[in-house]
Amino acid sequence: MERDDIYEYSLDNHHSEEQGKKVRRKIWVVTAILTVITTIEVAIGALVHQDSSSWWIVKLLFIGLTLLKAGYIVLTFMHLGDERKALKYVILAPYALFIIYLIYIAINEANAVHQAWETYGG
Amino acid sequence: MAGHATAQVDNATAWGGKTSPFNVSYGKLMMWFFLVSDALTFSGLLVSYGVVRHTTTEAWPIGEETFSSLPFLGHGYPLIYVAIMTFILIVSSVTMVLAVEAGHRMDKKGVMKWMVATIIGGFFFLGSQAWEWSHFIHGSEFGSIELADGSRAIVRGHMGEFQSFTIVEGGKHHKTGDVLSPTAKEEENKLSSEELLHDFRHAAALGHVKGDKIRLHDGSIATWKKADDHEMEIRVKTDGSGQKIKGLQRIEGADALKTYWGVVTSGEKGRVIYGADLTENEYGPSQYGQFFFFITGFHGFHVFSGVMINILIFLGVARGVYHKRGHYEMVEKTGLYWHFVDLVWVFVFTFFYLV
Repeated sequence: MERDDIYEYSLDNHHSEEQGKKVRRKIWVVTAILTVITTIEVAIGALVHQDSSSWWIVKLLFIGLTLLKAGYIVLTFMHLGDERKALKYVILAPYALFIIYLIYIAINEANAVHQAWETYGG
Repeated sequence: MAGHATAQVDNATAWGGKTSPFNVSYGKLMMWFFLVSDALTFSGLLVSYGVVRHTTTEAWPIGEETFSSLPFLGHGYPLIYVAIMTFILIVSSVTMVLAVEAGHRMDKKGVMKWMVATIIGGFFFLGSQAWEWSHFIHGSEFGSIELADGSRAIVRGHMGEFQSFTIVEGGKHHKTGDVLSPTAKEEENKLSSEELLHDFRHAAALGHVKGDKIRLHDGSIATWKKADDHEMEIRVKTDGSGQKIKGLQRIEGADALKTYWGVVTSGEKGRVIYGADLTENEYGPSQYGQFFFFITGFHGFHVFSGVMINILIFLGVARGVYHKRGHYEMVEKTGLYWHFVDLVWVFVFTFFYLV
């Protein structure tokens, strides 16, 4: 049985020695970025105490840095940035839409329950 | 980068069948679909963790207080260990992407080299996680305590070494007058200070330590001798009605020693908690431990399956299966899964350890 999927697309996935050099360079640059971000996160986590009043800024910063890391992993390591735009958005858009909604509604609800428990006892 | 379209097709051809408008093979597309569904599962777990954390009125554990130990070096190194774990996983992701890159050049030796590195990285991560779990389950030397007013506190500092137990009333194994210590002559009485501490914690958790007497598990009663504790600090987290205490409430110095040993030697069961299981843990609310075990466990299971899949694919590469096929797309597909495991860890790391 002939596998048309293999012949039509998979065979295109080749590159030359020079292209490989560029690709590897990019991989190492992204590695450095991911390492630096993780180091910054750990340093802030160890230095700033959670009871400090500026903790919410740190929290937002952590989430931002995490999304940045996730972006590098998905777009570079998983090559999604190099795929067709259609594929990229078919994967990212429905997921993002659903999860943003889920986070919004679940955390809002949780905060309301928290307030009720704090006021009337759990 | 690799994996991209080379030939452009017009819309009529693209959507008319036979060709994929996404310009990827069936296998790769299905791997992406699987990853999206798996991502939804992990998101669901992390969001439910967030919900529980936001609803609870008790104090939630703080990452840098809970995870501050290194193997062989003891405690006082906040978050360093998880940072190393994260780094190991990132590096193994890098070696995987290098394997994929080598595959695009049909460099069989390169693929093999980088896949071996990836597999080793995966095993290292699994080993680190085993240590992390073991440490989490066994807990700190002091444990957490319930104060006289019902509030809960964690305890930090350096515990003095246990030196000996002297049996004052014999039980099933030990006779009156026996001295259990690291320097005991008789083999059955020889216990290292770690073993003495272990027995002491076991008895204290059950409420078997009262006044200056400890009841060991064979029923014998003993007195103990230990070195002094240093720099003890009690951090009160949750008040008697189960509400988080805002701001810092600490007990230090001689007061801390008096309070701590008062609780431990009260002879009441449940006032000291050591480590974690599914019903309670010394770090905070029970749900914290449950989510920790479930989410990091589920992720660890993914890492384990990833390593196994990598090994299978490595064997395929070594046998030249993909070289004969003319492309290394199988390596790319397992690579997608492996990167996904790394991606999930990035989020677990943030929400369990940092925030």
